[in-house]
Amino acid sequence: MKRSRVPLVATVAMLVFFYLPIMVLVINSFNASRFGSTWEGWSLRWYLRLLHEREIWYALKNSLIIAFGASFVSVLIGTAAAFALHRYASRLQKTHYAMIFAPLVMPEILMGIGLLLFFVALGVNLGLFTIFLAHVTFCISYVAMVVLGRLQDFDFSIIEAAQDLGANWWTVTWRVLVPLLMPGIVAGGLLAFTLSIDDFVITFFVAGPGSTTLPIRIYSMIKHGSPPLINALSTILLVVTFTAVWFSQRLMEDAK
Amino acid sequence: MANGEFLEFEDVSKYFGRIRAVDGVSLSVRKGEFFSLLGPSGCGKTTLLRILAGFERPDTGRVLLNGRDITALPPHERKVNTIFQSYALFPHLTVRENIAFGLRIEKRPKKEIAEEVERMLVLIQMEDQAEKYPDKISGGQKQRVAIARALIKKPQVLLLDEPLAALDLKLRQRMLMELDLIHDEVGITFLYVTHDQGEAMSLSDRIAVMNGGIIEQVGTPGEIYEAPRSSFVAAFIGDTNFFEGRVAEVVGGEYSRLVIDGFPEVLCFNDKHISVGNPVYLSIRPEKFHISREKPETGNRHNVVQARVEDVIYQGLMTRYWVRSGEYRISVARQHSRFLLDETPIRWDEDVWISWHADDGYMLERYSESDEKLVSLPPENIGEVNGEGNGAA
Repeated sequence: MKRSRVPLVATVAMLVFFYLPIMVLVINSFNASRFGSTWEGWSLRWYLRLLHEREIWYALKNSLIIAFGASFVSVLIGTAAAFALHRYASRLQKTHYAMIFAPLVMPEILMGIGLLLFFVALGVNLGLFTIFLAHVTFCISYVAMVVLGRLQDFDFSIIEAAQDLGANWWTVTWRVLVPLLMPGIVAGGLLAFTLSIDDFVITFFVAGPGSTTLPIRIYSMIKHGSPPLINALSTILLVVTFTAVWFSQRLMEDAK
Repeated sequence: MANGEFLEFEDVSKYFGRIRAVDGVSLSVRKGEFFSLLGPSGCGKTTLLRILAGFERPDTGRVLLNGRDITALPPHERKVNTIFQSYALFPHLTVRENIAFGLRIEKRPKKEIAEEVERMLVLIQMEDQAEKYPDKISGGQKQRVAIARALIKKPQVLLLDEPLAALDLKLRQRMLMELDLIHDEVGITFLYVTHDQGEAMSLSDRIAVMNGGIIEQVGTPGEIYEAPRSSFVAAFIGDTNFFEGRVAEVVGGEYSRLVIDGFPEVLCFNDKHISVGNPVYLSIRPEKFHISREKPETGNRHNVVQARVEDVIYQGLMTRYWVRSGEYRISVARQHSRFLLDETPIRWDEDVWISWHADDGYMLERYSESDEKLVSLPPENIGEVNGEGNGAA
């Protein structure tokens, strides 16, 4: 029987639909033209120009500080949450799970407004710190879900075996539990990092003066600045994000 | 075994919610003994083992090891080690590192650890597999690594939680022999948990049969098979036939006469001194019957019953006859010599006599719920459930 070509065509069409806009952006970032409408030959001038944009570097620094900080803290809390979800039986666990899971599906704009109102009500000055807190809140959910996945096929008699062989709580944690969960923890952390570094909506609400992050900087450049520069910057961001996600996926697969 | 009680459970109970997993168990194990906890799943045997390992705290009672109360000690402070059913090897460590784990935690000198590990690798014959990770070795090898990892700690008691359950039949039989050899070699006390009567029978010095959180009987394999103390033990270990009766008369203290519906009066050994009028089960193992065409000459302690053959199943090692007498379908096992030269083998539909010695029948009290369940099982099923694996005696 001859195999139908429809699935292949449909798949290719869908991928083109997904990636064509991004390809246009990437190719245009190498376009020498000031305006994206005409092709004037390959050039790296926009990438070179980026080096001199001090505001971009400032925004990148903010973004990195927040991304590292938020992913680190959310890894600690998210791992603990996943552990608590998996290990303890309680009637409240269903609610616990729902609350951890909710931020994954909640509209970002709601979270953004909610956090903004909350910070204002508390009288906290908006700035890097509030962005950091906001990012931690949604990153926890992602980390918890990834680590939970690892825990589900974790043989807990291994922990009992370690205790049986003389390991106390501390030794069990560092010699057995953490090494075995490390792929999940790192994958969760990388995911949190990519989410944090390109978050726009929530950040937009809770950012204050002087705390511009890279995505917000890009947004304001679209309004006031030069499109080719944005193309170059976006391409770099794209490469960084894809690399992180690829690593995260690799770690999840290796673990299986 | 001169040291008397080495490991003691004193009135130990453990509840999970409303379920009594272990219900007031008292038990003593001697030093160097191979002791088995045998029972169906959910009988409390694994809970008892986990209480000894320190993974569960009993709700009542104490656990004494070598005279010391260890009830409240955490697992890592107890001189006992466990072989887990799933092996529970550390997947991120090699065979060598797995075995060394316990000693590394003690922070022993590196050289000493290396020597001990090498000794263990020789014991389990895995010197050439030492650098492999657990997912690269076979089930039997994992089992051996788990044993070495526990033994290197020189425990006072080695706990084995259904260690052979995950292995296939051939490997199980080989590991059975290896366990026996290792026990002889290291000479430490083994506490072995299993639901498999064959394993328990062939390995153990003594067995505790558990059911519903309590210990039904403790004894050597021979005692448990030949002289069961309860109908549960009789049915769980090997094959048996149950007859419902009532004590009619006590004869000279040692023996009693029983009335069983559809049978002539039956004489039976009465070691439990059950009094006249009490309902009892009479348990007779299939191989205790003698089967013949002519009515046998009976000594004064033999019982003889007429029966009709309903089925003959040749099984090589023996032949199983299903015979009908009154409402009972009775399983009779008989071994042969010169089988093919026998010109008159007993066949289907023949009238025969079955006889047994009064000492080979066991009277068991009939009172508990589990007994009633036993009655509702037709005799065929009792035979099936316990399988043919009763070569254990």
